[in-house]
Amino acid sequence: MASMIEMQHIEKYYGAFHALKNINLTVAKGEKIVLCGPSGSGKSTLIRCINHLETIKSGEIVVAGHRLNDSQKAVDAVRREVGMVFQQFNLFPHKTVLENCILAPMRVRKLSRSEAEATARKYLERVRIGDQAEKYPAQLSGGQQQRVAIARALCMEPKAMLFDEPTSALDPEMVKEVLDTMVSLARDGMTMICVTHEMGFARQVADRVIFMADGQIVEENDPESFFSAPKHERTRAFLGEILAHH
Amino acid sequence: MGIQEFTYLLQGLAWTLFLTAIGFAGGIFFGLVVALMRVSPSAWLRVPAICWIGLFQGTPLLMQLFVAYFGLPLIGFDLPAWGAVSVALTAHASAFLGEIWRGAIQAVPKGQSEAAQALGLHGVSRMFDVVLPQAFKLSLPATVGFLVQLLKGTSLAAIVGFIELARAGTIVSNQIYRPLLVFGVVGAMYFAMCWPLSLWGRTLERRMAAGQAK
Ligand SMILES: Nc1ncnc2c1ncn2[C@@H]1O[C@H](COP(=O)(O)OP(=O)(O)OP(=O)(O)O)[C@@H](O)[C@H]1O
Ligand SMILES: [Mg+2]
Repeated sequence: MASMIEMQHIEKYYGAFHALKNINLTVAKGEKIVLCGPSGSGKSTLIRCINHLETIKSGEIVVAGHRLNDSQKAVDAVRREVGMVFQQFNLFPHKTVLENCILAPMRVRKLSRSEAEATARKYLERVRIGDQAEKYPAQLSGGQQQRVAIARALCMEPKAMLFDEPTSALDPEMVKEVLDTMVSLARDGMTMICVTHEMGFARQVADRVIFMADGQIVEENDPESFFSAPKHERTRAFLGEILAHH
Repeated sequence: MGIQEFTYLLQGLAWTLFLTAIGFAGGIFFGLVVALMRVSPSAWLRVPAICWIGLFQGTPLLMQLFVAYFGLPLIGFDLPAWGAVSVALTAHASAFLGEIWRGAIQAVPKGQSEAAQALGLHGVSRMFDVVLPQAFKLSLPATVGFLVQLLKGTSLAAIVGFIELARAGTIVSNQIYRPLLVFGVVGAMYFAMCWPLSLWGRTLERRMAAGQAK
């Protein structure tokens, strides 16, 4: 099967701090990965390297056939294929929901305004927020904002989506609506890497769960085996903590 | 004070408004250039902007007016008084507005620029579609505050013989020997221009503080 994202021997430093240590990860087309691990283990850093929000010291990243390097052309090609959803939503507060969704399609994909609006309305419907298109982000609840952020990324029609703790800034009652949106996206065959501690979501959609600690991939397995029979001591400790909180 | 003297003051007032408008319009344009250079990743752009800001923030406006008025002709720019004063005010305003906007640009949360990058937006679109509109809003109270300073600062143009409102007041006062009356009127005119601006600035500030608390 063709791979969508390939990371080989990735080394990443912040100054002298070794943030990613020999990361090797291949994500097949349509595969769903859940990435978990303690705070500071490098989960965000890992997925931010994929769309070049962070630069790596060495190693190779290939996304949808585009080899990532520092050239603007390669970066553009990769960003064109992957969408990203952030913990803090990062919607543009001075633009309406619709304007948030059409900006990049018009600037980057060079769609006309009417084409971009049609696409935007389609995806806003899809995340069940079509009736809020004219509102500003601040007028929406956290869950609604995060769904808009998902729609905004989908408007670029990416081949893969990266999620960095998309539900951890949300009030508990809004977590489900966002997870439901992600589940439906997964059902439609989107390739996804999700940093999340929502273990229910991991069991439901993940093909593989990856556990990171200290900048390394410590363990990876299918969700069933990962949760029922974690191999490493650190994984067990981490799962114990997560479960204690839920 | 007769109608003739009052008209003279109004002419001074018109010049004050004219100088403020030029200084502000020029300051907005060049201030934006300075701010963008100041936040540039390239040292070749950043360092000149830092020097420019330091130069104009670190010297009195009075001296800047002198240099423009007496210095520009020396290097071959023979400008009328209002031209030299306009150049000085524009340069002065560009440095101050540039610094105000530099702060505002850097105050826009990093996540905004990252979201734009993740969507594939390039530098220009990122700056003009995403960061600057938010920075401009953040900077409004300080920008309006500077406008008030600039308006009052135009009175220094009198030093190079320019007859704006304050200078017109001095002249009229010397003619009719009623300094209290004349400067009362002049003061009221400044007040009528600055007070509404200050109020507006304060309203913006309060509205924004309320927005942040939310
Ligand atoms: N810009 C940066 N400069 C310096 N160090 C950084 C930077 N970003 C992250 N780090 C460090 O790199 C390590 C990994 O950070 P990262 O954000 O990837 O962790 P994480 O697994 O996503 O944690 P969390 O669950 O808290 O989000 C941390 O120790 C962090 O302090
Ligand atoms: Mg993180």
